[in-house]
Amino acid sequence: MAKIHVNTTINGEPTEFLCDPNDTLLNVLRYNLELTGTKEGCGSGDCGACSVTVNDRLVCACLVLGAEAEGAEVGTIEGVAEANQLSVIQTKFLEHAALQCGICTPGLIVSTQELLKENPKPTEEEARYFLAGNLCRCTGYDKVIKAVMDSAETLRGEA
Amino acid sequence: MSEAKEYKYIGQRSIRPDGYDKVTGRAAYGADMSLPGMVWGKILRSPHAHANIKSIDTSRAEALQGVLAVATFADFPAQKGASKDLATNILANDKALYHGHAIVGLAATTADIAERALELIDVVYEVLTPVMDIRDAIKADAPLIDEKLMTVGLAEAPTSASNVAARQEFKKGDVEAGFAEADVIVEREYYTPTIHQGYIEPHACTVSYDEAGQSMIWCCTQGHFDVRAQTAGILGMSLSKLKVIASEIGGGFGGKTTIYLEPVALVLSRKAGRPVKMVMNRDEVLKATGPGSASRNWIKVGAKKDGTITAMQAKLYYEAGAFKDSPMMMGCMTAFTPYDVDNMYLEGYDVLVNKPKVAAYRAPGAPQAEYAAEMAVSELANKLGIDQIDLRIQNAAKEGTQTVYGPKLKAVGLVECLEAVKNSPQYKAPLKAGQGRGVASGFWFNIGGQSSVVLNMTPDGTGILVEGSPDIGGSRASMQLMVAEEMGMEPALFRPIIGDTENLAFSQGTGGSRTTFATGMACIEAAQDVIRQLKERAAAVWNVTPDQVEWAEGVAINTAGDDKLTCAQICKGAERTGGQISGRGNINARGAGPSFAVHLCDVEVDKETGKVDVLRYTAAQDAGKAIHPSYVEGQLQGGAVQGIGWALNEEYVYNEDGLLQNTGFLDYRIPLASDLPMIDAIIIEVPNSFHPFGVRGVGESGIIPPLAACGMAVSEAIDIQIVDLPCSPPNVLKVIQENS
Repeated sequence: MAKIHVNTTINGEPTEFLCDPNDTLLNVLRYNLELTGTKEGCGSGDCGACSVTVNDRLVCACLVLGAEAEGAEVGTIEGVAEANQLSVIQTKFLEHAALQCGICTPGLIVSTQELLKENPKPTEEEARYFLAGNLCRCTGYDKVIKAVMDSAETLRGEA
Repeated sequence: MSEAKEYKYIGQRSIRPDGYDKVTGRAAYGADMSLPGMVWGKILRSPHAHANIKSIDTSRAEALQGVLAVATFADFPAQKGASKDLATNILANDKALYHGHAIVGLAATTADIAERALELIDVVYEVLTPVMDIRDAIKADAPLIDEKLMTVGLAEAPTSASNVAARQEFKKGDVEAGFAEADVIVEREYYTPTIHQGYIEPHACTVSYDEAGQSMIWCCTQGHFDVRAQTAGILGMSLSKLKVIASEIGGGFGGKTTIYLEPVALVLSRKAGRPVKMVMNRDEVLKATGPGSASRNWIKVGAKKDGTITAMQAKLYYEAGAFKDSPMMMGCMTAFTPYDVDNMYLEGYDVLVNKPKVAAYRAPGAPQAEYAAEMAVSELANKLGIDQIDLRIQNAAKEGTQTVYGPKLKAVGLVECLEAVKNSPQYKAPLKAGQGRGVASGFWFNIGGQSSVVLNMTPDGTGILVEGSPDIGGSRASMQLMVAEEMGMEPALFRPIIGDTENLAFSQGTGGSRTTFATGMACIEAAQDVIRQLKERAAAVWNVTPDQVEWAEGVAINTAGDDKLTCAQICKGAERTGGQISGRGNINARGAGPSFAVHLCDVEVDKETGKVDVLRYTAAQDAGKAIHPSYVEGQLQGGAVQGIGWALNEEYVYNEDGLLQNTGFLDYRIPLASDLPMIDAIIIEVPNSFHPFGVRGVGESGIIPPLAACGMAVSEAIDIQIVDLPCSPPNVLKVIQENS
């Protein structure tokens, strides 16, 4: 099978890679580019552990082909912190103990970032529905939602 | 209750030491390790629930370019005992025992080639009738899953094989006499389905076999020392020749206390001469790992008009999957333990069915039995016209209560939990038409066990805390706080890490709610060992005896003078006073304190669709002492929501051929953020006198009460007694229609 040569931008950095036509973006990120922060929980778009952005659209990387990254801007968890400075959302997840095992955390943080871009003042219910695609088996979501609501307030400058 | 102690660091909501790595994607989990020259392993699985394996031909697969090795059961040395069951679960021997049972392992240069090669393996099966339910499995003419299985624990030794592996009973008092005294009796049979632990991270490992030296396994596990023992046992290896590194772990809930891939991967690595990586997909996780036992539980409880419960009786049947050892015994031991009742009798049966070998799932065995018991107790309260909480308080287990399984309870916090829930805002909130409320208690023993810890002090006076319990929910933060408290020094001065099997002596895994209790005690002991040495060094400097030195707030004080030396000063000078300092805490912790939990659930049921919405939820639990309150609350909340999933939606769905139909998260639907309200967590602290800080494990009890709290809330909302779980829309609708 001939490899496809893809030119893309990942977390603002120009990146090129070779992939098979059937390689998912998730596998390319994890195994070709060693960006293992994006996790695989199901491979079928049901758990959200592989949430990334492609051209500012929130997607499951397991449902996107690597080749589709051609010419696109891809955002992953590795690009959320600025150098070593955690983002407000990352900080709030830690302050609220909104993670236990942490496997769903990268996906939840990427999704929360997109939620708050689209809707800076979500109600609890809106946050819960936006994040319904991100499964967490440890926390029961209570502290996750608290972290999200606190992030929203802080980013609006109200906290 | 003893008076609450004042602590300087314990009870803080500190930032977890591994937090930065986990919010930035740097933390390395099971599937995140790659090695130079690594190849990929995959598993061929049985398409049948029950079948004789007539032949396996891998020649076409091995001929495919890129295929490097295959492994079958024949590659394992001869097995006996529990290791034989484990090995036969990891790769089938002569029979496929459930849909998804592993048959052949294969390694190839890419995952894609390995997948294609699996399709070239020819297995000839003779399909047998599957046995999928306890009621069918215990029939005299049921097809036998294991033709040699003789029931143990019967009064008379059986003369023929059956699917019942074991019977056990627990007894106190005289239930017949107790029921004779009762004015009101409730008697029902309840059902709980097969469910999965549902950790988001699939099982994964990367291994490297080394014939002459040290073989290595990197994997996600709740206990890497157990992985070493289990894998070495199956492969006949010396423990010192196998190094196991625990990656970060993406959830386990009991399901990662056993092994599936590791011995196969090592055999493949040996044959291929290359490191091998194996990662399950979700379909494999659901088909072939976990699950938790389904159960059919008959309960009879009786009480006098004044609310005194006079007798409690149970007959519990638990599915073991295709190999013996369901947690039936734990079901018997926990079912009625929230009650101080004189007359109890419980029988348990361990039953084989053509489903995956069950694995531990958070308080293994307890939710099933306590669901049935708590449903019956709530129905009893209704029949007596007594408030659900008041009846429980009236009959609550407390200090001195004789358990049915042996010991008397020490101080426990059940009454405190019941009272806290009774006083909660939720219990005072009015219900509307179509809504219902349920209360349930939960009991779990908790365990202690072996933990090994080393605290290595650095020359600048900070410490590296090496512990052997994989951190599955923030335990590094608790260990850090306990060491800081003992040392009288800032938590940030201590860096907790999870050591591999070469860094430490054997440590039991993270499970049984033991880590904060037992590994915490080992951490405290290691800190005490360091303090002892620091005092000796200070004494040497001052030319006094060590007992003339006191340790306070991280400083050695010469009681024979005015001298003081900080930890940093002593460590800096360690080179001149006898070498570097490290403390050790290798213990077998006794005295784990049980944790009681009480939950309150309010639901609304849509009678047109059968859909249940959880409106409000409160979870109270006795933590003994909450070292890090946020992570304790997290355990209460997470346990509650797993239990809500079990109660309301989760179940394995098999077709008539015994094939699992819902092998993905889309239709094995665990709770989503949008399914839930906030979970109000109430921490009760009745200290456990066996732990220096009073800790009780909190990981497990929280999953027990939701089954009956939800089940009872639904029953009240539809005014029909629920007996079977889950209360999923089709099941609830069916109950409504059958009773209208």
